[in-house]
Amino acid sequence: MTQLALVIDLNVCVGCHACVTSCKQWNTSGSAGPLTDDNPYGSDPSGSFFNRVQTFEVGEYPNTQTVHFPKSCLHCEDPPCVPVCPTGASYKRKEDGIVLVDYDKCIGCKYCSWACPYGAREIDESRQVMTKCTLCVDRITDTTLPASERKPACVMACPTNARLFGDIHDPQSEVSEAIRERGGYELMPEWGTRPANHYLPRRQAD
Amino acid sequence: MQPAFSVIFLTVLIGAGQGLFLALFACELGGFGARPDERMLLAQGGAIAVVFNALGLLASFFHLGRPERAWRAAAMWRTSWLSREVIALPLFMASCAAWSAAHALQLPGTRLLGLFGVLVCAALFLCTAMIYASLKFLQEWASPLTLVNFVLMGCASGTTLAALFASVAAVQWVPTLAWAALLLTLAALAARAASLIRNARLKPRSTLQSAIGIRQPVIRQRSQGFMGSSYNTREFFHGKSAQALRSIKWVFLVAGFVVPAALLTSAEPTPALLLLTALIQLAGLVAERWFFFAQANHPQNLYYQAVS
Repeated sequence: MTQLALVIDLNVCVGCHACVTSCKQWNTSGSAGPLTDDNPYGSDPSGSFFNRVQTFEVGEYPNTQTVHFPKSCLHCEDPPCVPVCPTGASYKRKEDGIVLVDYDKCIGCKYCSWACPYGAREIDESRQVMTKCTLCVDRITDTTLPASERKPACVMACPTNARLFGDIHDPQSEVSEAIRERGGYELMPEWGTRPANHYLPRRQAD
Repeated sequence: MQPAFSVIFLTVLIGAGQGLFLALFACELGGFGARPDERMLLAQGGAIAVVFNALGLLASFFHLGRPERAWRAAAMWRTSWLSREVIALPLFMASCAAWSAAHALQLPGTRLLGLFGVLVCAALFLCTAMIYASLKFLQEWASPLTLVNFVLMGCASGTTLAALFASVAAVQWVPTLAWAALLLTLAALAARAASLIRNARLKPRSTLQSAIGIRQPVIRQRSQGFMGSSYNTREFFHGKSAQALRSIKWVFLVAGFVVPAALLTSAEPTPALLLLTALIQLAGLVAERWFFFAQANHPQNLYYQAVS
């Protein structure tokens, strides 16, 4: 069984937000409808994003490190957001493990977003349906694109190659190898959600 | 969490309606309703319980972004407590209405219908509470006390309403119902106090360390990735100060439980006094439910501690 996922290398992420903007660009132009903004040029701009880059300072000055931390839906193998959905709009694809929302079935009750410990879901304020990272399902399955481009927009945009994409159930894949050999870990393992996305830790420089 | 008044009114109103039905059915089992005029009163009381539930159902629609698709919400009852509630609520209204109609039409079999109503009522309490109690990482909610509180507060406010109804329609039942309402209100206070004590002692299982997977004791967020607001910064935090939260806690403890209990001990519970009691208690329980939502600390907030 396939489980597509991102593996994000915190050792090389430079916090440039290219993945954020390319995600926004691709997903606002896609077949599933726009990724809308509210008041984008006003004093309190707001909008839906599937991916964000956050920054943390780790350690006590002067021994600190700046860690840039990209955050999107982790496509959990046991996603708590799916069984709580009253309509079945929230679902996990059997063929590749991507967690998706059927925007035509969603009633906008927000319960799935409460049930996600990571805050990976955002309501689309103009359409009033729940939205989330689709792992660019409309890109990665598009056979009219060259095979090298059938990757999520964020992966294509990353200038430092901090974002790897592949099947974590295939032990031979690039992502499985990265998780295995570079200490790939899950976020909030305490809730048993088994996130498919993994993070690669910072490494000691020689 | 950011409390939503649609859900606050839904849970408070259907709880009171359920409690009212249970109190009325208890009166029937206690011997009330032998005469045709008494049966008409039970029918009227049952209709009031249906109205409370209908108002709650109406309030719930305001929570939906796409209310016109609400019918879809019955689909996933195998996995979703919310879906189960969507089925249980109209079913309870229907069984309560059937019980009332049987009394109004002087038909037999009301005890059987009422018993069915009690079962559906219990299922509805379970569904409503489990919507919250089943979210294990919302640790303030993930407790059997959530169910106990929903049941006791619904029964307390519903029995107060039943005492009010009796004070204008069947005075001989007022002392019994007022006593029952007093006991239920005190029991609800004890259970709510227990959950407040439990929640004050909770240690969050998720930390910034587990949220980003870095095992360092000192981590500070320097940027959440955007300077405006977003769904993540609006939906999961009440936006009030700790002081305001404490004030609302005392407001609901006094208005929801202490004042109603004091009024229910009155030697002469007149309709005016019981109306006052019911209104203060319902207002207090609205404050209680607001606090219930506000107090729940969602682990996603760990990712939104600093704008930039």
